[in-house]
Amino acid sequence: MTARWRNGLMLLVVILLVVLPLLFVNGDFGGADDAAEGAISEIDPGYKPWFKPLTELPAETESMLFALQAAIGAGVIGYTIGLLKGRQERQKPHDQKN
Amino acid sequence: MKPRSLWKFSAMVAGFTFYLLFNEPGTAQAMHIMEGFLPVGWAVFWWLAFVPFFVFGILKLKKMTKDNPELKLLLGLAGAFTFVLSAMKLPSVTGSSSHPTGTGLGAVMLGPLPMSVIGSIVLLFQALLLAHGGITTLGANAFSMAVAGPFAGYAVYKLVMKLTPREKLAVFAAAFIADLMTYVVTSFQLAVAFPAAEGGVLASFLKFGSIFAVTQIPLAISEGLLTVLLWNWLRSYSPNELSLLKRETKGVESK
Repeated sequence: MTARWRNGLMLLVVILLVVLPLLFVNGDFGGADDAAEGAISEIDPGYKPWFKPLTELPAETESMLFALQAAIGAGVIGYTIGLLKGRQERQKPHDQKN
Repeated sequence: MKPRSLWKFSAMVAGFTFYLLFNEPGTAQAMHIMEGFLPVGWAVFWWLAFVPFFVFGILKLKKMTKDNPELKLLLGLAGAFTFVLSAMKLPSVTGSSSHPTGTGLGAVMLGPLPMSVIGSIVLLFQALLLAHGGITTLGANAFSMAVAGPFAGYAVYKLVMKLTPREKLAVFAAAFIADLMTYVVTSFQLAVAFPAAEGGVLASFLKFGSIFAVTQIPLAISEGLLTVLLWNWLRSYSPNELSLLKRETKGVESK
């Protein structure tokens, strides 16, 4: 298998790992956070959280911020890869001359 | 495809089919312990456990970037990767969603200590703006994701590299273990804070742990594969940069 093939195959597996559960598992895929409350109160019914989150944003804003987080990260990764690629390309003709 | 890899592939498909068909849907927690959900004593304990790693991480970062300014680029990359991966809430086989950590790549490239700083910055962002995790539980969450995960991943990378010359396998294993270890530690943190009435800490740990493990294993595989993808990409454009880093890391260790 060539490197390109292998990379494509890996990407396919990642996508399948996300899609297959959605297709075959009957769950609500709800926020795992909220389920934490349940598990803890099952073990210790008397426990009360003693501190509230400082900010409670609307769900829509929250998902926007998650998207923003991913976008910033992806932007930086893209920039870095681009920079490295550019450097390598600048280096190549230089190497050939010597 | 060669017959051998075809066999491997069909075995994998069969394995996943089995896994998906026989898994009972259930609920699991996110890896971040929510705000206020650790008793005060434990919240303080994990803060105290985490702070030294953060301080040493800062010192290490300062030294690294001073000795070798080129590393800032890879530092940004490691941080960005953690940012992206921990923002992706992926559905998993248990019928609930969780997200990868992205700390394995940075641990392999830069060593585990710098990741304690990068990981906790991501956690702080999520705690403050997204009500995901929390300030009181930040110590515990940072200990699991930004300290335990990267250290475990780094150790596994070293181990695999010692046993075999296959670097990609080592990178995959590091990302996989860093992801999984984060959840093992979180289960442990919850278990010691909330021991079950019957069976105590161990029973709680098995309860939290069994829920986590099943949810997280497919995500850890995804994370491992994505990390290797980025690794391949980096390799093809910059064999220089990565080996430069290797020399740097080796130099620091031998001192």
